[in-house]
Amino acid sequence: MAMAELHPLLKVLLLQAGYNTIVVMLGAAALGAATGIVGVFALLRRRALVADAVAHATLPGVALGFIAAVALGFSGRNLSFLLAGAALTAVLATLSIQWIANRTRLTEDTAIASVLATFFALGIVLLTVIQTLKTGGQAGLDIYLLGATAGMLREEAILLALFSLLAAAIVALLFKELTLISFDADYARAHGFPVRLLDLAILGLVLVVIVIGLRIVGLVLIVALLITPPAAARFWTDHTGRMTIVSAAIGAFSAYFGAAISAIRPDTPTGAVIVLVAFALLLVSVFFGAARGIVVRAIGARRLRGAS
Amino acid sequence: MISFLQIDLPALLVGTLAALVCALIGNFLVLTRQSMLGDAMGHVVLPGIVIAFVLAGTTATWVMLAGAFAAALFSALLVEFLRRTARIEASAALGSVFTAMFALGVLLLEQSGVARTTFDVHHILYGNVETAIWPAATGFSSLFDATALASLPPQLGRLVFGLAVVALIVVLLFKELRIVSFDPDFARTVGIPPQLIGVVVVSLAALAAVVSLSAVGVILLVAMMVCPPATARMLTDDLKTQVWLSLLFALASGVLGYAAAVLLPLAFGYEISLGAAGTIAVIAGLFQLFAMLFGPKRGLPKTV
Repeated sequence: MAMAELHPLLKVLLLQAGYNTIVVMLGAAALGAATGIVGVFALLRRRALVADAVAHATLPGVALGFIAAVALGFSGRNLSFLLAGAALTAVLATLSIQWIANRTRLTEDTAIASVLATFFALGIVLLTVIQTLKTGGQAGLDIYLLGATAGMLREEAILLALFSLLAAAIVALLFKELTLISFDADYARAHGFPVRLLDLAILGLVLVVIVIGLRIVGLVLIVALLITPPAAARFWTDHTGRMTIVSAAIGAFSAYFGAAISAIRPDTPTGAVIVLVAFALLLVSVFFGAARGIVVRAIGARRLRGAS
Repeated sequence: MISFLQIDLPALLVGTLAALVCALIGNFLVLTRQSMLGDAMGHVVLPGIVIAFVLAGTTATWVMLAGAFAAALFSALLVEFLRRTARIEASAALGSVFTAMFALGVLLLEQSGVARTTFDVHHILYGNVETAIWPAATGFSSLFDATALASLPPQLGRLVFGLAVVALIVVLLFKELRIVSFDPDFARTVGIPPQLIGVVVVSLAALAAVVSLSAVGVILLVAMMVCPPATARMLTDDLKTQVWLSLLFALASGVLGYAAAVLLPLAFGYEISLGAAGTIAVIAGLFQLFAMLFGPKRGLPKTV
């Protein structure tokens, strides 16, 4: 990157790029922290690919929310309508996946893939309907696919931050139970823990962070923020509590840094940049992570040989 | 009539051929619990296609294929590295790699300046069946006119090539594919290497993904690799019947889906157009829903 571009990036990173950009970047960081926290348990309970399907399944909901808002005389970009629609179809998709996997001969991977494809396709059809409506504002729907920081309102960023805090608070309250079912579900069940209910809580949290993350990261790539930060965090510590904190930090930093780059280069889709930053951090962790990084393991192995 | 030949026929052919090639190989993905492979494949090949186009400056089939295969191979190696050397759990390794590759593809598209000229990221996502047109058609005689046929959209040729290769290999290796799909342990005892057959299936899925991606978009590709085979699986236990049924459902989805995209809005008197890639995939999903609700093989057990 040329020097001329480095300076504005530094300025943005140090929160000196104007009030609106600051608000957006803090909102993004809050989102990254929330996905980092929730992702740890989604990953440990193997819900990562379900989350991908659920994220894609928000598209028809966003489109229906737009249509409903317009029909009732609101602006099509009314955030509550869009998010309510997204949550509705996401829940429907989750139930569909469970029904197919449990009640038919089709396996879970087929359930996930077919629900993902059918819901997303329905969303595309509805979007093409909306494109031809004569209401205006439909261009704004594009950002829900790949995410954008441009044009984000202060209220939206505050809403993101509030939901992220809520998700973090719920995980903190249920931390012991969630950790237990993540490592030994049978033991937890035998000792009377409501495993199904706790699983539902994880799925519910996944759903919430996906819906609030649509605006910044986009529904195509939001699942990366649930997978990559926890995967990176495992290289730094074996302790679940510390891992959750590291994962939150990696998620927050990825979203903050990615949003900063996207803010000074409006032609870069925010979601894509955030995901690439997170993946770069994963690669760094793979090599240099303090607990299981390849370099650390290699040094440990050499020490063992030297001692014997 | 001329507008049918110029606009509807090429789009109909592109949508239906993509549906057929994806559904054919999709049968073996669904049976071997690799249904999400189509999704992963559709995402990871994007940066390969963009880089190949930027380097070579053409969308010729072999350039696209080379770029896509390079990207697929690179992703596979990266996933293996994360799993074996770094010891990350399988679905996390796959998930982080395919999202990162797609993000890279999206970024390259926007930065290289090819966005909106040659590829559009929204077209890659939504599908762009409608961009297949055949302006040289002047009437039914064009169907037998070599010069007019030569100007058929290039994605048609790619799809026919892909379908021919996939069909040929599936026919030649049908016995091996069946044994490996249902009983890999037995396959080993009769001297069929399951890993090698697995590599063949993944390579054919990659080929199907590449020829379909630029023609119909990621989502139709994912839908067609899963929904028609899953529909057929709800109706029969016999693999050969399943494959034929899946092709039938793919064909029906292609034709009905395109018809719905064109005719449905007209029927309701609206001057709007529906995205055909979306309607084709939705119809395929509806077929699967009906098969799951009413099919004779709907119940458990999941084991074959």
